[in-house]
Amino acid sequence: MTFVRGFGQFWYDFIIGDDWKIAFAIALTIVIGAVVASVAATDAGWIAPVMGVALAVAFVISLTVDVRRG
Amino acid sequence: MGSSATWGLLTAVFTASFVEFVEALTIVLAMGMTRSWRSALAGTGMALVALAAFTAVAGYALVNWLPRSALQLGIGALLLVFGLQWLRKAILRSSGLKALHDEAEEFREQEEAARRAGDEQRFGLDWFSFVISFKGVFLEGVEVVFIVITFGLNAHNVPLAAGGAAAAGAIVLGAGAILHRPLTRVPENTLKYGVGIMLATFGTFWVVEGLGVFQNGGDSLGWPGDNWSLLALIAGWFLLTRLLIKAMPTLAGRDPKAASLATPKVAEEAS
Repeated sequence: MTFVRGFGQFWYDFIIGDDWKIAFAIALTIVIGAVVASVAATDAGWIAPVMGVALAVAFVISLTVDVRRG
Repeated sequence: MGSSATWGLLTAVFTASFVEFVEALTIVLAMGMTRSWRSALAGTGMALVALAAFTAVAGYALVNWLPRSALQLGIGALLLVFGLQWLRKAILRSSGLKALHDEAEEFREQEEAARRAGDEQRFGLDWFSFVISFKGVFLEGVEVVFIVITFGLNAHNVPLAAGGAAAAGAIVLGAGAILHRPLTRVPENTLKYGVGIMLATFGTFWVVEGLGVFQNGGDSLGWPGDNWSLLALIAGWFLLTRLLIKAMPTLAGRDPKAASLATPKVAEEAS
């Protein structure tokens, strides 16, 4: 049990790190991007730049929430 | 792969690995100098063996089990989250909202913890030194392994990525062996900021390409200008972080002048 807990803690520290909000915001944005990509045309060139901006916005929001609560 | 991409890959892997190795060295030095060199080095050796096994298994699984776009999505997401965590710290430190990372302070904290720990012996080793050294090297090493695998696989040049990481490890190890103290003069905060920009850039690029796995056919999505868009992404993340550094004190509800003058009282986590 100690090993399982330690293993879980290791991966939590590794992926989530100090601020879970960043991982959550990025994961949410990727899910939205997946939905958009699944319904968009395969040659839709606008998806990449729009998703790039969306990921940056997700980071700004998570960081703003972090410092306002901190 | 073009020469600019080759140098980008090498620089990113070398710098990221360098920072991770400096942090691992600090932990091992603290254990060795305070308690037992034999146990600290045994922990380091065991961690390197575990890392080699982890690398072989993870590398094989990634290459053989996943389609390219799924691989890009998974490892891109990991790189992006790592990179943004590093950028978060860099932004908070540069805007005065968080203490600068100090390898000397980290070394003192590790030394103090080593002195307070008990004297448990297992397998003829000082168990505290062994476990702390193992965990420190393995944790920092896994990050290096992920960076090497992800950058190497996506650039179709794992040997070059591994070479960059090995060179960084050799330099840090050599400097540590000669100096016998933590590498406090390494501009770690600046390096982490630069690496954070690189990881966020490549992470964004690959995550978005990997979203093609959800389209008919499952091929990777394309960026306008293909690899040239990496330059735009680097510029974009750099400009965004500079703006955030300026804006953070205001967003946090602090006086920007006071924040820039204040020395944060809490030294936060080591990484």
